Amino acid sequence: MAARVDALFFFLVGVSAFFAALICIVIVAFVIKYRRRSDDEWPDEVHGGMWLEVMWTVIPLGLTLVIFFWGAKLYFVSRHAPPNSLEVTVVAKQWMWKVQHPEGASEINELHVPVGQPIKLMMISQDVIHDFAVPAFRLKQDVLPGRYTTVWFEATKPGEYHLFCDQYCGAQHSGMVGRIVVLPQPQYETWLNSNSVAAPAMTSGETLSRKLGCDTCHGARATGRAPSLVGLFGKPVKLQDGRWVTADESYLRESILNPQAQVVAGYQPIMPPFKGRISEEEMAALVGYIKSLSREEGELAQK
Amino acid sequence: MNAQPLEQRQHYLNVSYGFKSWLLTTDHKRIAWLYLISVTFFFFVGGVFATLLRLELLTPQGDLVQAETYNKLFTMHGITMIFFFLIPSIPAVLGNFLVPMMIGARDLAFPRLNLASWYIYIIGGLFTLAAAAAGGVDTGWTFYTPYSSIYSNSNVALTVVGIFITGFSSILTGLNFVVTIHKMRAPGMTWFRLPLFIWAHYATSIIMILGTPVIAITLVLVALERLLHLGIFDPALGGDPLLFQHMFWFYSHPAVYIMILPAMGVESELITCFARKRAFGYSFIAASSVAIAVIGFLVWGHHMFVSGQSVYAGMVFSLLSFLVAIPSAIKVFNWTATLYKGSISLEAPMLYALGFIGLFTIGGLTGLFLATLGVDMHVHDTYFVIAHFHYIMVGGAVMGYMGGIHFWWPKMTGRLYPKALAKLAAITIFLGFNLTFFPQFVLGYLGMPRRYHVYPPEFQVLNVMSTAGASVLAVGYVLPLLYLIWSLRYGEVAGMNPWKATGLEWQTPSPPPTDNFEETPVVTREPYDYPAQKPQAIFPQGAAEHV
Amino acid sequence: MSEANLALAHQFDDPEQQLDASTTGMWVFLATEVMFFGGMFLGYTAYRLAYPEAFADASNLLDVWLGSINTAVLICSSFTMALAVHSAAEGRRQKIILFLILTMILGAIFLGIKFYEYYHKYEEHLIPGENFTYAGPSPRQAEIFLSFYFAMTGMHAFHMIIGFGLQTYLVIEAWRDRFSAAYHTPVELIGLYWHFVDIVWIFLFPLLYLVGRHL
Repeated sequence: MAARVDALFFFLVGVSAFFAALICIVIVAFVIKYRRRSDDEWPDEVHGGMWLEVMWTVIPLGLTLVIFFWGAKLYFVSRHAPPNSLEVTVVAKQWMWKVQHPEGASEINELHVPVGQPIKLMMISQDVIHDFAVPAFRLKQDVLPGRYTTVWFEATKPGEYHLFCDQYCGAQHSGMVGRIVVLPQPQYETWLNSNSVAAPAMTSGETLSRKLGCDTCHGARATGRAPSLVGLFGKPVKLQDGRWVTADESYLRESILNPQAQVVAGYQPIMPPFKGRISEEEMAALVGYIKSLSREEGELAQK
Repeated sequence: MNAQPLEQRQHYLNVSYGFKSWLLTTDHKRIAWLYLISVTFFFFVGGVFATLLRLELLTPQGDLVQAETYNKLFTMHGITMIFFFLIPSIPAVLGNFLVPMMIGARDLAFPRLNLASWYIYIIGGLFTLAAAAAGGVDTGWTFYTPYSSIYSNSNVALTVVGIFITGFSSILTGLNFVVTIHKMRAPGMTWFRLPLFIWAHYATSIIMILGTPVIAITLVLVALERLLHLGIFDPALGGDPLLFQHMFWFYSHPAVYIMILPAMGVESELITCFARKRAFGYSFIAASSVAIAVIGFLVWGHHMFVSGQSVYAGMVFSLLSFLVAIPSAIKVFNWTATLYKGSISLEAPMLYALGFIGLFTIGGLTGLFLATLGVDMHVHDTYFVIAHFHYIMVGGAVMGYMGGIHFWWPKMTGRLYPKALAKLAAITIFLGFNLTFFPQFVLGYLGMPRRYHVYPPEFQVLNVMSTAGASVLAVGYVLPLLYLIWSLRYGEVAGMNPWKATGLEWQTPSPPPTDNFEETPVVTREPYDYPAQKPQAIFPQGAAEHV
Repeated sequence: MSEANLALAHQFDDPEQQLDASTTGMWVFLATEVMFFGGMFLGYTAYRLAYPEAFADASNLLDVWLGSINTAVLICSSFTMALAVHSAAEGRRQKIILFLILTMILGAIFLGIKFYEYYHKYEEHLIPGENFTYAGPSPRQAEIFLSFYFAMTGMHAFHMIIGFGLQTYLVIEAWRDRFSAAYHTPVELIGLYWHFVDIVWIFLFPLLYLVGRHL
């Protein structure tokens, strides 16, 4: 992706240099050739051509359309992660990055990834707007409070790369830096095994859901008080007021924090809100657990 | 031609003396001076903030000021320069002085409202200076929520009140210009005989009128959220921080056109005069001003490509942003074509005008980079953006302002300034500017984020270049301050029309009488009618038909 | 009835130009006011689309009867203001003053009812901020609704108070016999302003009071 962005960037550099040079050279040439030689010089009228106006409107217009489509295509690709992406959760806060791998490892201000594997980042902020930026990957995405944002990348070369916060967030904004460490697959495995201090998101999410009592209403033996969570993720859901929404990460998060806002059709609004009772990391673990219930269901269905 | 020494003839400067005659004036020309002094003051205040920033950035570590101080410096540099210098500059100084004269009127439609505009601007400025004295504000001039509405511990409310108040100055000036241009043109001054300076100010006024109220209400809501804890942008309540960004940029993008369109108007006047040519493609230049104003209201989302805004919204905004670039390109081509087969003289105003074309072209082309979705996701919020907007605002708008000041100085004061020194200053500014800001394009591409107090050491060389350029630029700006003030007393007396320009303002003595013209002019000629024949004298627009 | 008060400002060529320019100026100013209120309408719309149920619930907290009375009062005040302008055009000094005072009385009734509503909200702890207490579902979104309610109606009330001041000025000037058939520009302009304030309310009332209500 970085190479593709560079190709477009340097195409723009070329186009810009061409037009800038053209204008500058023409101006210098005119200034020299038509310099005023006496104070009594009053030049003849020059008649403008409509064709000239049309030409220098249409040609730039055409060029800009080409550039637009090229850029839009790159942008679209950058915002749609491939299905086999490894999902990593990022929680930003003033003034640090907390990274949570699905297999359990967690990091502060660093992200270790394997080469050649698409990585999808699910990001949220605990306070103000931040921005996850890795110039080497030509990657940038704002991280918002109250809502997940995502971006993806695939590292092609091992090495260490700057991670910057690229949205002003207060006093230590310029201190909110870190590094992306890209390792060849075997070294990544080694690193992962030696760093999995916490249980994998799936299991810890499961533990948390039992601890918080989610199973009481949403579990397998629930008596219809609450919608089932199995196979829920990604599916359309009908709400009480007739609207349809998709059960994505933001929906799940909202429903846990403030269930009364979007009650599912046919159910009573009896779920207690969990706002203020769980941290963003715990929320990410719960969401990860609910998502895994869909994967399992999918795998079961295929068998 | 008026050969009398200044002191013997009565004109707008000597018709009365004393503070009251200035502070209670309703003469648009005196009000222009009030603004000139005030905006110059704020320019140097903003310049001091910039100097401290660039000094800090000489080294990768934060060794000159603390992080919190640095954050306040860049915030207040932006606020001062944008709201208290750039937005008023050309319209409130040159526009106020020239709009009535160029259309053959005795004053603007609402002279007392004009004076009120200045006082409102001053009061807003005092609020913001008070906020600076009380410790400053550290949110960035963009005031993104929830940082500005909840988390910042600085003087946000005081500052936004100051900006809110000053916004009304902008609105009332725009209102005054629109009504004046519609209703007070001299006989024979049809729309397509108007100087392009007027077209530019008309388009600017439309933006001022329609855009400024939106930022006013946005800032009111931020202030209410801070002071009364209303939860409008607070995500903890379900509020949307992106709503703030949409509302903020809905004004702040058109605001950049408020800053550049007047400079483009000045440019058209300078190029035609110093090439002694009609404006090539007059109606295209006029129409492009209006097009920029209209399309400029539709592109605000290009500041939000990576904000979490929908991908499809991003595409729409990107496409429209490319469209808005086209009218600017049309202007640049038409100005260049105006030089063709002209009689070009390189006086100081022309040096600024030519520099403007070059720097604005680079600034505009780099805008294309930012409009390109696939590139913006790399350079958004980096020094690339900073370089881009400084090329337009300083390389464009400020050069236009300086060129205009130098062009109309003899009309405003009856004096000329030392020409060699003025040319030297123009060249110094041009060179210093490029050295300051071109390296920043590279810094941005390499990834240096903006608003960073400390940075990785590999960025140091380019930062040092940039600071070196800034010191040259500073010298370039101080020079005109000195020689222009000097010229007020010791400058050569200027005649009615030292540049032999067309335009009604050159048909009246320098400095003009209070009511601008002895008799209301009657317009019979096209604008920029630099005639084909060798004339005995110049032919301003209001002159009788030449035999 | 004095026509000698026809003050022609020096920048204008004739009274027609002066009236034309002044009226155009007021229309341009009202365009800026549309954009000013428009920002709040935009924010309101964004959140109403996001939280339709919460907004409907919170809207029911408002007293629709008081709001309706206020709407009627304000429309009447626009009518009396129009009559004041008409009287000015006819040069009838006493009628100008009469209709202006009626307009002001109606405006005062509107403001009185409004502040009564505000006080009621204060007593019920429904003012957004630290003391906000809301028993129904979605208290956070209800708080957003009420934030907009107070911001929008508060800004509107502020504009009415300014209008009040302008009308006071008109009464004084009318009493001093400054207006005539030939010159009554201030009455016209302030009349335009007052009609605008009325129109804003006509948009505010259904958007704030009538969400999700049925007859």
